Amino acid sequence: MSRLFNKFFRSAAGLPKGMTTAEALAPVRAARRAQDVVITTMSAAKVWMDMGPLHPLDHVFVPSCMSHATSVGLGIALAQPERRVYVLNGDGSMLMNLGSLVTIGAQAPKNLAVIVLVNGVYEVTGSQPIPGGDAADFVAIAAASGFQHSAKLERTNQWNWYAAELFDDDGPAFVELAVVPDLDRPAPRSPGPAAARAQQLRTALLTPIPR
Amino acid sequence: MLDGTAVAGLLKELGFTHVVTVPDGTLGRWESAIEAAGVRVIRVCREGEAWTIAGGLYLGGATPLVMIQCTGLFESGDALRNTLHEWKLPLYAFIGYRSYLNQTNLPGDTSLVFTEPILTTWKLDWKLIKDGSQLGEIAEHVRACRAASTPGVSLIAEGRS
Repeated sequence: MSRLFNKFFRSAAGLPKGMTTAEALAPVRAARRAQDVVITTMSAAKVWMDMGPLHPLDHVFVPSCMSHATSVGLGIALAQPERRVYVLNGDGSMLMNLGSLVTIGAQAPKNLAVIVLVNGVYEVTGSQPIPGGDAADFVAIAAASGFQHSAKLERTNQWNWYAAELFDDDGPAFVELAVVPDLDRPAPRSPGPAAARAQQLRTALLTPIPR
Repeated sequence: MLDGTAVAGLLKELGFTHVVTVPDGTLGRWESAIEAAGVRVIRVCREGEAWTIAGGLYLGGATPLVMIQCTGLFESGDALRNTLHEWKLPLYAFIGYRSYLNQTNLPGDTSLVFTEPILTTWKLDWKLIKDGSQLGEIAEHVRACRAASTPGVSLIAEGRS
């Protein structure tokens, strides 16, 4: 039922075919260095955890205050300018904190990349459509807000190439990825007590980067 | 009320590295002095951002201060809940208490009804600051919250220009 509904839903919503969430995340797993921070939220968090063991500098933002992964990422990027920070966000979350793109643009951290997985739905709550469908042009908003680089990618091979080059020039960088929703995917579960994970992340962040 | 230069000096003395803020008519007048003191001011679009950016700064080893009006406190409850109570990050905040000293502009301002109960409901250790003679009490409160690794708030009375 779910596969048929998936197909019907995507067709009815006029959504791009795009890539799977795992295909969207894989290039980040490949490109991230040992000292880099990766922040995931909502469906990206679920799939990120499914793809393999967590790194000490993975911040699975679950539980979250929905939409604030970009803001947490900005804070870490400003405090730790020597580390690259990847934020893997959803389109529903991005809409809920659009102003954070303006804040990031104003602060202009060179080491921050915001990657938004656009599937047109609030996947973790049952795939209800996001407001406006595909009306919001995230790439245009990011560019107008001061992001140094912004791109919209719909194909896995494009993204594989782009992800490897993401930090070759100064950021902040913004990438919108067309992703297929998975209507059966369960919501992410916290991988452990949040307060303890926060302390572990802080300890890892305060550990000097090997030269 | 509090003087911007004195507040900036206090923040520097207390080791705050960043002030994450949405201004109001009182707090906003301190920004230039705070920047002149060498504390980085991060202006955000909405108050919820302030808690989570400050959370990220803290995780990365910085010492941020959240500086918002009580109306922004009302708006930003979920970010506060998540940052202070789920992740248990011991952030400190200055929260402007609109109309506390003067209700001429906003007679019957409901900020006076809701601010203190909401701070208490959010289980925050807060201290009311009514005038500039209390700078030392702010410092004492900040240090006590740090020693206990708990969040804290100085509630800054506003309304007299």
